[in-house]
Amino acid sequence: MTKKKSFLDVLSTSTFLHILFSIFLGFLVGALFLVVMGLSVGEAYGRLINSVTSLKGFSYVVVYSVPYIVAGLSVAFSFKTGVFNIGAEGQFVVGSMAAAVVGILCPNIPKPLLIPLCFLAAMAAGALWGIIVGFLKTKWGINEVLSMIMFNWIAFYLSNFIAGIPAIKNEGSAEATKNISANASMLFSKSFIKSAGLCPTANWGILVAIVVMLIVWFIIEKTTLGYELKAVGSNKFAAEYGGINVNRSILTALAISGALAGLAGALQLMGMGSRISIFSSQEGFGFAGIVVALIGVSNPFGVLIAGLFYGALMYGGSKLNLVGAPTQLINVIVGTVVFFIAISVIFKNIFRRRARSPRSIERQAEKEADKK
Amino acid sequence: MKKILAIALVLCMVFALCATSASAADTVKIGMVTDVGGVNDKSFNQTSWEGLQALAAEDPSFEVAYLESKTDADYQTNINTFIDEEYDLIICVGYMLADATREAAEDNPDQLFAIIDDSSCADLPNVACLMFAQEQASYLVGLVAGSVTESKTVGYVQGMVSDSMNLFGIGYITGVLEVCPDATVLQYNANNFGDIAGGSTAAKNMITNGADVIYQAAGGTGIGVINACDEEGIWAIGVDTDQAPLAPDHVITSAMKRVDVASQDISKAVAAGEFAAGVHLYDLSNGGVDLAPTRDHIPAEVLELVEAAKAAIIAGEKTVPTTVADCPAFTLGD
Repeated sequence: MTKKKSFLDVLSTSTFLHILFSIFLGFLVGALFLVVMGLSVGEAYGRLINSVTSLKGFSYVVVYSVPYIVAGLSVAFSFKTGVFNIGAEGQFVVGSMAAAVVGILCPNIPKPLLIPLCFLAAMAAGALWGIIVGFLKTKWGINEVLSMIMFNWIAFYLSNFIAGIPAIKNEGSAEATKNISANASMLFSKSFIKSAGLCPTANWGILVAIVVMLIVWFIIEKTTLGYELKAVGSNKFAAEYGGINVNRSILTALAISGALAGLAGALQLMGMGSRISIFSSQEGFGFAGIVVALIGVSNPFGVLIAGLFYGALMYGGSKLNLVGAPTQLINVIVGTVVFFIAISVIFKNIFRRRARSPRSIERQAEKEADKK
Repeated sequence: MKKILAIALVLCMVFALCATSASAADTVKIGMVTDVGGVNDKSFNQTSWEGLQALAAEDPSFEVAYLESKTDADYQTNINTFIDEEYDLIICVGYMLADATREAAEDNPDQLFAIIDDSSCADLPNVACLMFAQEQASYLVGLVAGSVTESKTVGYVQGMVSDSMNLFGIGYITGVLEVCPDATVLQYNANNFGDIAGGSTAAKNMITNGADVIYQAAGGTGIGVINACDEEGIWAIGVDTDQAPLAPDHVITSAMKRVDVASQDISKAVAAGEFAAGVHLYDLSNGGVDLAPTRDHIPAEVLELVEAAKAAIIAGEKTVPTTVADCPAFTLGD
């Protein structure tokens, strides 16, 4: 019995264990679905694990996770500052398109200049997309969630429009932009990839993601700006009373969050895709950022790990078809994980109440007596 | 807690038990990579996959699998997955995969590929390009449209402007004008293969302007066109597969591309060791394109006309134009 109590105790106090438990439940529900569909759980999950544990597989996971991590940081930053950046999707799209335009139209700029230039263009575009929404919110009080969802679609069609402009559009039959200049590409050299046995799209985007993570952590935890943004996020009336300019804080938070989502778009483009296709449906990197931020409980380091986890699911999940299991299984797992994390408040309260019930206090006392 | 532990242990055991199932040495593994339309696109991804499934069902020595692409960047990953898994043939569905296929084929000269609807990789020694004479099938449905229209106004919705896509419009318009020289052909480029709502709006505009038959070559956008025709009670013409099930009362026929047959043919060729690179053309003469089996709504005399035209094309007495220059009435070309 003492074991049970301590498990619940730990679960209610440790966020990390709580998330692990949610992930475990996610896989359990996924397994149930597999059983109902008459498929082998071992084969499907075995394939999932096998495909991400080899060196090549792991390099795929890292490459896949970079945009998810940075988009996750964008959303996590917004959560910390009390706005809900559901517009990361649109900011991601305009960011990657801005980077693509720079990467396509300026092929002659040397690599050390062009890559930062693409990053800057992407961040500026993403920040602009965030600021417009922030302006609508602070000036006229328009709910940012509504305007962001609409701005996601404006970004979507704007990107398709730009991709169709003759100077940008692919000369071949592909429904996509031209490939960005080799000077804007973050890929490792082909010979290095071959000799190291990495995946063909191996790139150094993960380093950028880690640096961005550190910067976000620093801004939130170590600067006055971060303190102000967090204060506004916690209680904007108290913050105002404390002399913080609330509207400016909201704009700043949305601009930074938007810049991060835009950067995520650039990283995806310059690391993996090399071009942007004419979308027929939203690619969902920004929405995935929300999931990653939730799993990472908005903690920058947590987001890094959650992004890798999400990337692993996305890459490993794409191979489920090979054993006859539907790739949608991944969505079931992710959905369940997010569900259990999202209801964590209820979860924790139940466990905490039990942990604090008179009987458990008694048990706690007994345990301490035993120790003595 | 005990229960949870027990479940965890069971799961661990299951993982431990799972071993990679070794496939028999003489199986032929065929992998298919979809474009972003996905495997249930009611169009050529779905048709190819159904063809492969049918092949595996009748001949167990074929092992087939597909990987879906969600974004442009997934093409390369999916192709590489099949390469790593040592598949004998990788079928890339659609010209959107042309660049990824070329790159993978150049990097892996021993791997066999087939690509549907693209001839840009025809110079590679390990890629078979499965091409369809879509202008011939479109010409036949054009004859049908020109014959059944009463308002002398027909519509055409295209998914994207490209040389390959334009063939649909050129064939169709040539057919319409041949039987009804003073017909007006309303044309619209949706610039999107996945916009059902946009297709529906375009079709309704055409109907408002008098169209009573609409042909579409626009993937998911085309489904919107068919829906609108069904609602407004006019004829729609399907594309790629027999699309009659989408609106049984209002799809008069469809211009079929037997992508399933092509996928089966190339798979069988690989199994027999007779893989041939370069362009494989599927046209009326080898049944690669044709009018769909659903023809009940077509008047008998029109069907006769169509059959006669088909015979003439097969016999080489008639050719359907393939360039914008030969079909000035086609206005989406540039």
